[in-house]
Amino acid sequence: MSESTATPHHHGPAKGMMRWVLTTNHKDIGTMYLVFALILFFVGGAMAMVIRAELFQPGLQLVQPDFFNQMTTMHGLIMVFGVIMPAFVGLANWQVPLMVGAPDMALPRMNNWSFWLLPFAFTMLLSTLFMDGGAPNFGWTFYAPLSTTYAPPSVTFFIFAIHMMGVSSILGAMNIIVTLFNMRAPGMSLMKMPMFCWSWLITAFLLIAAMPVLAAVVTMMLMDIHFGTSFFNAGGGGDPVLFQHVFWFFAHPEVYILILPAFGVVSQIIPTFARKRLFGHDSMVYAMIAIAVLAFIVWAHHMFTVGMPLGGELFFMYSTMLIAIPTGVKIFNWVSTMFKGSMTFETPMLFAVAFIVLFTIGGFSGLMLAIAPADFQYHDTYFVVAHFHYVLVPGSVFGIMAGVYYWLPKWCGKMYNESLGQLHFWLSLIGVNLTFFPMHFVGLAGMPRRIPDYALQFADFNMLTSVGAFLFGATQLIFLYIVITTVRNGKKAEQVTWEGAEGLEWTIPSPAPYHTFQTPPTVSDK
Amino acid sequence: MSLSLKPTTPAGLVAIVVVMFAFGFMLVPLYDVFCEITGLNGKTSEQYQGALPISSIESTRTIKVQFVANRNDSLPWHFSPDQEEIQLTLGEQKQTAFHVVNTYNKAVVAQAIPSVSPAEAVAYLHKIECFCFQQQPLEPSEEKSFPLVFFIDSELPEEISKLTLSYTLFDISGTQTAGM
Repeated sequence: MSESTATPHHHGPAKGMMRWVLTTNHKDIGTMYLVFALILFFVGGAMAMVIRAELFQPGLQLVQPDFFNQMTTMHGLIMVFGVIMPAFVGLANWQVPLMVGAPDMALPRMNNWSFWLLPFAFTMLLSTLFMDGGAPNFGWTFYAPLSTTYAPPSVTFFIFAIHMMGVSSILGAMNIIVTLFNMRAPGMSLMKMPMFCWSWLITAFLLIAAMPVLAAVVTMMLMDIHFGTSFFNAGGGGDPVLFQHVFWFFAHPEVYILILPAFGVVSQIIPTFARKRLFGHDSMVYAMIAIAVLAFIVWAHHMFTVGMPLGGELFFMYSTMLIAIPTGVKIFNWVSTMFKGSMTFETPMLFAVAFIVLFTIGGFSGLMLAIAPADFQYHDTYFVVAHFHYVLVPGSVFGIMAGVYYWLPKWCGKMYNESLGQLHFWLSLIGVNLTFFPMHFVGLAGMPRRIPDYALQFADFNMLTSVGAFLFGATQLIFLYIVITTVRNGKKAEQVTWEGAEGLEWTIPSPAPYHTFQTPPTVSDK
Repeated sequence: MSLSLKPTTPAGLVAIVVVMFAFGFMLVPLYDVFCEITGLNGKTSEQYQGALPISSIESTRTIKVQFVANRNDSLPWHFSPDQEEIQLTLGEQKQTAFHVVNTYNKAVVAQAIPSVSPAEAVAYLHKIECFCFQQQPLEPSEEKSFPLVFFIDSELPEEISKLTLSYTLFDISGTQTAGM
């Protein structure tokens, strides 16, 4: 795996800025995805700070309701499409070839294109903030007719931004599938593939099946707005409820796209720091496949209150609850992996353990929301906000951070500062719970989401939530500091950074050379 | 686990993408068909085409029909039913009307969208004539009576004793598409 210079194909990185524009190297592209996600994490986070600052006290203090709505909308869109998804694609770009022993992704030029679509898509999306009429203000779910008849003129830019993000993720997903099917090292059967790769294989199929439906629904919006069709316009014979069906048919698989790669990351980290093999390896794979299949038949649980026959409510209630079974299999397998292991708690492990505990809380509130008769009380309240932030922040985001701490020494060859990492973890843990746990209570008490003002009885919990949010937000600056100082002048990292780590990525030196596995490694029968 | 599906090139994957994009659009007619079969969104059927009901009424069951008139937010019309509630025998043909005034100083074209509640009754409400079949233009300050002729099928399930027929008027002046 040494850096050979025998042929012109084995050169190092090009010099200057054009290296990043023209690169087809999976490591460069992975880095760009991760840096892009980190930048947007702070942009979307700043919007969350505006939201929480406004909600610090009842009444309108800082922003007007319309701008508040723009903030909630853009915060959601950026965090989903600009942070979590690109961060996972970045992890996949770095790790998938290293973990299966491939020299690069299967389609390197497409890889470059799928990244470079994103900065343009998000420039377009963010530019709507400066347009007449303001940015999209209809929530990240952009329900018609709010997003058609009553939308600000910038909605067209929003639609094209969504189209570009969709193309980008579909291309990224195809690349991962083709890589995983064709470029595994000799001897690595599908079932021997590392769990992170498995999680991404399933995620990629979800992306390929779900993103085109999103493209279809925004295309219908575009036609309703500009070409006089009436897909969602009741006056012309359409139906706004149809929008919700098509949207959630995309968006439910989408929420699993946002969490499955985190499952994969955690399944890599827990065995390493428990110094045991992953418990129930095959059942983990089948559980993820089951979750992916179920993802396509549960969408209407997001719209229990829209008016459905009893049979429909029951079907979507039971099918939703069914998802708890494969998810439970995964949780119990992680716990069993840790059981009687010789565990140590370095930062990646801390994030992974917190993931398991806090994601389970989010899963349980999801089960509560799945109960159709109870959902009429919870629907569109802060209870829903608490639920999906518990699965997305200490779920997906902690999963990403665990992965970054785990593999950063391999990527840059430097070790992060463990005390600072632990400080970042503990402050994040306190911040995230202080932010989102009180939301359960105000939600159950009936505080509606997406409203810039609230009744006086919610004031104390909202102040707590805002304090937690400011703490969590500020804590992420520590993360930025850690990443920058590690890359610049961290201590030299060893080849096998973690004592219990297994897998092909630890057979190459740290930092990972620009070109790896030009001759495929052989995977022995373990 | 042996997967027989092994995309060695992205061609098959592109096919999935194209199929799913088309499926997104397929959901539109699927949704309409599903709603028509189940009557879920309360949309009533088109003009009744069968033989008119015989005046000698077979059924003696009577039912209450309530009328509701709504305007969609921006439409500056006055819109109300002449009778809020009528009692009729199943199979009996009834005529009623809705009163409209365009209170705006401009000509406006409106489209009425009907909805029946409970949804189970949708299939049993037959409209012989309805103002919702056409677009309705009104001159400034024009007043008009919108006629409605309908009957309720004698097959109406026992448990339904009352139905509500509601109309919502939408302003379609800007977007005059060909009918609904």
